[in-house]
Amino acid sequence: MARAIVNAPAQAKRGEIIEIKTLAAHAMETGFRRTQLGELIPRDIIRRFTCSYNGVEVYRVDLHPAVAANPLIAFTTTATETGTLSFQWVGDNGYSVIEIAPIRVE
Amino acid sequence: MSVRIGVRSRLAPAVACILLGFAAAAEIPPGERRSGYEFMSRETRAIQDDDAGNPGMLWVLDGEALWKRKAGATDRACFDCHGDARESMKAVAARYPAFDPALRRPVNLEQRINACRVGRQKAAALAYESKDLLALTAYVARQSRGLPIAIAIDERTRPFLEAGREAFFRRQGQLNLACAQCHDDHWSGKLAGSPITQAHPTGYPLYRLEWQGLGSLERRLRGCLTGVRAESYPYGAPELVDLELYLMWRANGMKIETPAVRP
Repeated sequence: MARAIVNAPAQAKRGEIIEIKTLAAHAMETGFRRTQLGELIPRDIIRRFTCSYNGVEVYRVDLHPAVAANPLIAFTTTATETGTLSFQWVGDNGYSVIEIAPIRVE
Repeated sequence: MSVRIGVRSRLAPAVACILLGFAAAAEIPPGERRSGYEFMSRETRAIQDDDAGNPGMLWVLDGEALWKRKAGATDRACFDCHGDARESMKAVAARYPAFDPALRRPVNLEQRINACRVGRQKAAALAYESKDLLALTAYVARQSRGLPIAIAIDERTRPFLEAGREAFFRRQGQLNLACAQCHDDHWSGKLAGSPITQAHPTGYPLYRLEWQGLGSLERRLRGCLTGVRAESYPYGAPELVDLELYLMWRANGMKIETPAVRP
């Protein structure tokens, strides 16, 4: 199950700085570990996380093998208008998860 | 004893205890019991406290989905018999391991879930430490968060509690250490820089940063057994469940934290 949890305020005042927390279920296999038989475990990581606010990218992260499993990404943005926040995680082996969070701005 | 030894060497036993480093194993008084949570850094506590950042919640949410998913030859979900887990499973984890009349011995929560799967749903048992079993266990145990552990011991379970207690105080492995030597006698100390805790299983299954994932109490116990270089028991072994029963009884009254986070 590719699962992600997004925690963003459902409503905010215009101009308010809002904190968004995201958590994605992912093993973040580094590609440097070996099995007990010495075989290399292939890399399997999330490579990129983006957050768009009404279609405009407001936040982006490139992830690397050193990032721990189930990465928690917390950041802030400014509430400008009512609409949707969309979150996307993209990674190795076709991993792709999209979450949407509506936000009402007054 | 002091009479026999005499005034001259009255201090001798105390000195010997300090030198040996191991006082007579005494159980921790109720007022001094501490959850592993209290030994953690502020940062790790923050991860556990915030459901938006607690990675254990990923398993809890998976467990919620599994609770409603139909499985097995009877095509029934946990939900079909037990209804809303938030009501029906409340405080259940706080009394496990509990006595199973059919097996005539205590079973832990994982075994109870699997008994339901095999017996009622007519589905294959979930493997220990599999994602699904951990998720279901975490979801069920989550419904007891904040409630006190309440292991009731009666005549049927007493022999198993005593077996667990005996295991806790038994020296084992190449290092010849008993659980009690660290977790009763030296819980204020450190081992390789990490705090030695009191071994109260308040938050299982829990997310360990070292594991990079969720794990059961049995996984933790097996880790400790390997640590003292003893031969570990397989998952589900009666010896492990007895020890779980003793540890949970020992933590009676402490609050469930599932899904806890530990370093």
